Amino acid sequence: MELVLDFPKVKAIVESYTEKVDSLIDNYADKKEQLISLLQDVQAEFNYLPRDVLIKISQKLDIPVSQVFSVATFFRAFSLKPRGRHLVTVCLGTACHIRGGQRLVDKLERDYRIKPGETTEDLRFSLETVNCLGCCALGPVAVVDGKYESKMNPDKLDRVLRGYK
Amino acid sequence: MVEQVRKLLEKRVESVAELENLRQSILGKRDSSRTCISVCGGTACRASGAEAVVDAFIDEIERRELQITVELKETGCHGFCERGPVVVIRPKRIFYQRVKPEDIPEIISETVLGGNIIERLLYVDPATNERITYEPDVPFYKKQTRTIFSANGEIDPTDIEDYIAMGGYSALSKALVQMSPEEIIEEVKKSGLRGRGGGGFPTGRKWQSCRDAEGDVKYVICNADEGDPGAYQDRSLLEGNPHSVVEGMIIGAYAIGSHKGYIYVRNEYPLAVRHARIAIEQAMDYGLLGEDILGSGFDFTVTINKGGGAFVCGESSALMASLEGKIGEPRAKYIHMSEKGLWDNPSLLNNVKTWANVPLIINKGAEWYSQIGTAGSKGTMIFSLVGNINNTGLVEVPMGITLREMIYDIGGGIPNGKKFKAVQTGGPSGGCIPEQYLDTPVDFDELTKLGSMMGSGGMIVMDEDTCMVDVARYFIEFLKGESCGKCTPCREGLNRMSEILNRITQGKGKQEDLDTLEDLAGILSGGALCALGQTAANPVLSTLHYFRDEYVAHIDEKKCPAGICRELIQYSIDPEKCEGCLRCLRACPTGAISGEKRKPHTLNQDMCIKCGACYDVCKFNAVIRQ
Repeated sequence: MELVLDFPKVKAIVESYTEKVDSLIDNYADKKEQLISLLQDVQAEFNYLPRDVLIKISQKLDIPVSQVFSVATFFRAFSLKPRGRHLVTVCLGTACHIRGGQRLVDKLERDYRIKPGETTEDLRFSLETVNCLGCCALGPVAVVDGKYESKMNPDKLDRVLRGYK
Repeated sequence: MVEQVRKLLEKRVESVAELENLRQSILGKRDSSRTCISVCGGTACRASGAEAVVDAFIDEIERRELQITVELKETGCHGFCERGPVVVIRPKRIFYQRVKPEDIPEIISETVLGGNIIERLLYVDPATNERITYEPDVPFYKKQTRTIFSANGEIDPTDIEDYIAMGGYSALSKALVQMSPEEIIEEVKKSGLRGRGGGGFPTGRKWQSCRDAEGDVKYVICNADEGDPGAYQDRSLLEGNPHSVVEGMIIGAYAIGSHKGYIYVRNEYPLAVRHARIAIEQAMDYGLLGEDILGSGFDFTVTINKGGGAFVCGESSALMASLEGKIGEPRAKYIHMSEKGLWDNPSLLNNVKTWANVPLIINKGAEWYSQIGTAGSKGTMIFSLVGNINNTGLVEVPMGITLREMIYDIGGGIPNGKKFKAVQTGGPSGGCIPEQYLDTPVDFDELTKLGSMMGSGGMIVMDEDTCMVDVARYFIEFLKGESCGKCTPCREGLNRMSEILNRITQGKGKQEDLDTLEDLAGILSGGALCALGQTAANPVLSTLHYFRDEYVAHIDEKKCPAGICRELIQYSIDPEKCEGCLRCLRACPTGAISGEKRKPHTLNQDMCIKCGACYDVCKFNAVIRQ
């Protein structure tokens, strides 16, 4: 198959991307100290922190690249790798732990070959763990794309995940 | 005239008298005998389907055109998360639990219009098998003393007028008009309030040192980076009654002479962030934040900062580093944050619950406040009672209540007829308390004596099926992951402890490992930079102290008495009990189970990965774990 590059379309995509990035960063023009909030906005927009955006932040806000990366890698809420279409978060807070939360993670490791922090090859799921979501009455809890799934066991979680393609 | 209209449109109240007028006019518009349905909209009830319940109420009320006679309110967390979604119908306070959208038409026709009780939706007291109709009679609520948590189930957290109607911001009026900053600090000191974030430092003294500190710019910070797993009371307060926290912060700012405040809240709490943000916007609109608050000449604003998911940021110096846009590493605190904190300026940091206590103390006085609690710990504390317990939820109790009262009278005991083993308090830095100390009164000092601590108020109940070595391993793993890595004792010490504990739970432990653990614990508590490292060994020390036999069983007998540690257990099928239903055979991910229908199955140990799937699905208790 011959590859035809639709240049105007590619250009439009690149422009809208650049525009988006610029407007996100411009919101924090004089607020260097709010770097963490800016990174949260970037992650909310792109699902992860693209490398070129981090470099652009450093240039536009005059923060050393090393500092931007140190913050981006210190906090567990940030990901430097693209994440999957669906985010599965398993709670491993104490209450969920003693009710068997770890077994949910084991199940995903087995079935989808991903460890916490990783994404399946087909970009279907990203798996993350969290230290407590504060709904301990419902534990073990898993959250799929923001939807709380309560009183989970490996089997129930499996059935839930089948609904996400 | 034009000026009056403008002010009315702007909603801004410019003086204490105007705030009182506003309060009276709100109350005048309200009819306390009117039916008010409040649906708990806390995170846990939402996860159980509260939003669909609210939608169903809206539809049904519209369909029957009851908008004028029936008020619907989505409130903050009521605390009884176990029975969510929870609905309370006022003025009688009829209490319905585990309500589903399908129940709504019946609630409206039977209860709201017909005045009848729907038996099916009532709470049944497991102790007496009695159905309980009214909220205050439910044992879970009966034994509680709700002060800072009292309004949570009554007000709509997104409506400032609800808060004002119940007396909100009257403490601020009193503080700004009738009291000098010194008098406020004196009152807080006299009340005996201690920091509710875990440290238990006397709040008044902290305020005093921040007021006395040199500097023109000072900051006030609310620590809502509630990182302790199994604790969520700060979130519930911020979700359910954000104005009480904001009001406390304004009073604190006035007392120390600060004009800028921050709320540092966990990113994992989206609803708390949203409600706090709405509260700040509304307080700005009403002139309760911003310039010249209530005509006093005092200016104060509050900004919300979301955390990045680092446990260590709950530590004051790490939190402030993170507020400055840096990584959350703590620093040595030879000089307190109250003297040199955020951007090297004096900074007053208090926990959410501490701030929420302030309006109460100002309104009702230090004398009233100090009557609640024990000699060294005044007031109430909100605990989150979670784990292997019947009534999971948030409970507010006076300091000094015993662990037994909390776990059995309020918490309803341990589910499934299991035996109590330990209660873990104080989050990852706390300790596990065994049964013989259940009659200990709970306060800052008593818990410390038992090798645990108050912490942020997490209380995790563990039954006989919990392996205490695994619990210690869990907390050390947690802290290892959350250690910022700046100081060596914490970074390396936790890694070594984690290696040893993992080894023990895998049956490869040695007797001398226990001595090494104790050595490392000593180094951590003496040498770590911040409280995270200094207290990190508590879970190990307390389990070693109270449950040493379990460590010994893992090491000497290579057995996990609770049947939790995967390497030390074995699954097998009891041929006497097995009915041959094929359920476990289908569930087994590795095909280790074989057999035919209606004939006892067998489990091939070589193929078994000990995932426990067969154990979960068996209906005949035929899968043995030992």
